[in-house]
Amino acid sequence: MTAATVTSNKGAPSRKTAYGSMSRDRTWALRWSYFFLVIFAAFFLLPPIYMFITSLKTSAEISAATNPWWVYNPTLANYAELLTKPEYLVFFRNSVVVSTFVVTITMLISIPAAFALSRMRFWGSATLATGVFLTYLVPDTLLFIPLFKMFAVFHEVTGIQLLNRWWVLLVVYPTLTVPFCTWIMIGYFASIPKELDEAAIIDGASWFQTLTRIFIPVALPGIIAATIFAFTVSWAQFLYPLAFTTSVDQLVLPVGIITTLIRGDVFAWGQIMTGALLGALPPLIIYAFLMDYYIAGLTAGATKG
Amino acid sequence: MADAVLSSDPPARRIITRPNAVRRFFQRKSTIAFLMALPLIILIFGLVIYPAFYAVYLSTLRKSMTSVAWMRNCAWLPDVICTYLPFGNMQFLFTRETFWKVVYQSCLFAITAVIFKALLGFILAHFVHNIPAKGQRKWRGMLLIPWVIPPAMSTLAWLWLFDPSYSAFNYVLTGAGFDRIPWTGDANWARFAVILVNIWVGAPFFMIMYLAALKSVPDQLYEAAAIDGANWWQRIWYVTLPMMRNIIAITALFSTIVTFANFDIVRVLTAGGPLDQTHLFATWAFKLGIEGGDIPLGASVSLFMVPILAVAAIFILRDINQRGNEA
Amino acid sequence: MAGVTLRNVFKRYGDVEAVRGINLDIADEEFVVLVGPSGCGKSTTLRMIAGLEDISDGDIAIDGYVVNDVPPKDRDIAMVFQNYALYPHMTVAENMSFGLRLKRYPKAEIKSRVDEAARILDIRELLERKPKALSGGQRQRVAMGRAIVRNPKVFLFDEPLSNLDAKLRVQMRTEIKKVHLKVRTTTVYVTHDQVEAMTLADRVVVMNHGLIEQIGPPNELYHHPRTRFVAGFIGSPAMNFIPAQLRATAGGLDLVVSDSIVLPVPPARVERYKGFAGQAGLVLGLRPEHITETSATMEPGVAPFAITLDVIEPMGNETLVYFTLAGEALCGRVSPNAGAADGQPMRLAANLNHMHLIDAAGMVL
Repeated sequence: MTAATVTSNKGAPSRKTAYGSMSRDRTWALRWSYFFLVIFAAFFLLPPIYMFITSLKTSAEISAATNPWWVYNPTLANYAELLTKPEYLVFFRNSVVVSTFVVTITMLISIPAAFALSRMRFWGSATLATGVFLTYLVPDTLLFIPLFKMFAVFHEVTGIQLLNRWWVLLVVYPTLTVPFCTWIMIGYFASIPKELDEAAIIDGASWFQTLTRIFIPVALPGIIAATIFAFTVSWAQFLYPLAFTTSVDQLVLPVGIITTLIRGDVFAWGQIMTGALLGALPPLIIYAFLMDYYIAGLTAGATKG
Repeated sequence: MADAVLSSDPPARRIITRPNAVRRFFQRKSTIAFLMALPLIILIFGLVIYPAFYAVYLSTLRKSMTSVAWMRNCAWLPDVICTYLPFGNMQFLFTRETFWKVVYQSCLFAITAVIFKALLGFILAHFVHNIPAKGQRKWRGMLLIPWVIPPAMSTLAWLWLFDPSYSAFNYVLTGAGFDRIPWTGDANWARFAVILVNIWVGAPFFMIMYLAALKSVPDQLYEAAAIDGANWWQRIWYVTLPMMRNIIAITALFSTIVTFANFDIVRVLTAGGPLDQTHLFATWAFKLGIEGGDIPLGASVSLFMVPILAVAAIFILRDINQRGNEA
Repeated sequence: MAGVTLRNVFKRYGDVEAVRGINLDIADEEFVVLVGPSGCGKSTTLRMIAGLEDISDGDIAIDGYVVNDVPPKDRDIAMVFQNYALYPHMTVAENMSFGLRLKRYPKAEIKSRVDEAARILDIRELLERKPKALSGGQRQRVAMGRAIVRNPKVFLFDEPLSNLDAKLRVQMRTEIKKVHLKVRTTTVYVTHDQVEAMTLADRVVVMNHGLIEQIGPPNELYHHPRTRFVAGFIGSPAMNFIPAQLRATAGGLDLVVSDSIVLPVPPARVERYKGFAGQAGLVLGLRPEHITETSATMEPGVAPFAITLDVIEPMGNETLVYFTLAGEALCGRVSPNAGAADGQPMRLAANLNHMHLIDAAGMVL
């Protein structure tokens, strides 16, 4: 707009070229940006799209030597078959139950803890806050062997079998979700002005009321972000269920698909891709609707705190 | 001066409101706070710190010594103690060729993947930042999808794309007149494949972090730099990078930890094959410890991740503390 | 409603003493302003009255009851914060009624109280809005409304106007005074702005370094400061301080400011200052309005002197003149048509009938 008005000014011909070239530079930068973005988007979306393509094929078409990038006889048979298969439904149910419980447990542990750590100093609270962060950096791959052994010993000692029970995951998943959720909630709570809880205390609120009636509603965006994080982590977790559960009726979705559908049988790929796609769907749907919260949670770990 | 206006009233009336000691203790702020944080403390100590040290203990045992019956009854036996070699597993691992392959592959995998994720993320963040603001949301949303799909699921898609006989990539390659590529059959191609998938999963995360950092650089700085005569490259070098340095460092360190400790991708895509050439510490530890049943050896292998994780963690902590002090 | 008493109150943070023994009696319905520079302990004192800070030593009593160990909610106080501290997720009405709802007041009672407070503050049309949709002045009113509905024994204000722009601050100042006249609740008000203190207070408490410097009605503090700190803190532009020597002469006393400027002490003050003749470190305190242009008919006690002006600031109704004397930058207020100009010599007159003589320890003699 500015360029147009300035270039129409005959008194300043030298400016005309300067402005013109600048906007031409911009246009080219924009074109290159779009060009590369399209290429990268194609690269990034290729696997999920190929999942979808394969999921629409019959076994016959998959094993035929036709173009794999095209569906000649689209069919929903894979979906129909999978969604009526009892074991797949059990995987799905296990995943839903485990994720729901883990999200609840995580929030029940991390919100009060974050409140205590950000607002009510006690002996060692600063160290604990740092400890929470360090715990978040301990990967699952370091802990699965000692945990496996601990559960085995626990069974010998108490007679309570934890291994190969889906609910063992309720014990171990919080080690992955709680530290990060606590950490980002500490950040969100710390951004609430101190006067707000003082006002609440003068208004007669107890610490618990301050938390439930002031902090939780005010920090709701942070809590949503933390909930999404906890859900996606527990939905996607692969190592712990692979190590701790083996019976078909105890498996969660990712492990179930990989251990029961893959049998080196090429003709099962239609079902495997369908299963994987359906397994990826819940996080994708949440992401589609709550993208801003999802991204806020993602960046909070490094930009807050 | 202070007592100048003090009236000589009788001392104010006192009301006795001292609750008993126990009630007082439970009403103290610090006590309530501790109780609120207690589940977190139990979780951290019971399910993270204790297992971590337990892993160290396990790694000093021999396979036969980990049976529960042995641990209960025989641990005190002198002849067993005589044959107890705390570093036996480590010594054994050092003599295994596979172990050194795993060390090599883990480092190669982590370093290459993190560098490419960081580069790709930076470039993508710039492209997204470049386009008009109203389109950015859409592109950002699309480009983050690999990060959202559970890695075990998306790796399945890659596994199918790399399938030895039905690879959709090879279909395109042969169609264009090239040879078929043994994606997961040849050691070097398999290494390439796992790194590629890891980049595919992780680059969007870098993009999101860098994009957030780019947005936090005030426009005035670029305008000031432009007025000072800085060209496009100088603006990136003197304004963007220094302003983003912290985020770049933290994201890369985070990613180093996650990538080094990766399990899902290798497990699903190659399961360590061909011939244990693509095993990482995590997948090899799983194979030895859980599938092979040799818990002490598996624990030993996984502990080799600790030094690198610890170094990265120390740097992250230093960065975060620095920022805390600046704020 | 009730009075507030502070007896020998201390606040220590480790080795640092923020408040060092404060004694203060605030009468029922009184409006007391704590004023002082930042870090003088005024906010800490207020927060101790509120119960947000523990008392290290001493007693605080509200309505005759010692409240040292009483939690804030049981002290029957209300507080207005500098940043308003409105709950962002509640509407104005919900913000105002939060305390009453926690105490489980009947709904009808809550509603009538909120309506009454809204009427007093003229915010009835804002009741259903969220704080985000309010202007700074409106938020300030809501914060006051939240205090009023509680009908507490004491109002506490912690620099409530600092976040407002200058014009709104003046307006809200009047508003606070009006509300106090209506509800007549005992009020403790903290500010660093001496103008706010002067305009609002029944009594002003000037604090410095954790101690009370002086307590008194605004005019008393202005005309009879007891310390150099109070003299310099109250009034704008600030009082001039000129190092001087007191010399006994045949009939009285002279203030020797410099070789060329010797000002005679008015006869009425001679008796009071006689004993300090020759004492070192004396300072003459004189407000800018008592340094004016000379006139043909000068009352007794007014002494003329000649200086060269540094700069002048025309204000319209008067002109502020700045000059240097004995190494001190000084200020006088002259009539706009007195002919003052930047860098020009001028004859000024010091009205020593209003002088203050301050000793080396900072006490006004």
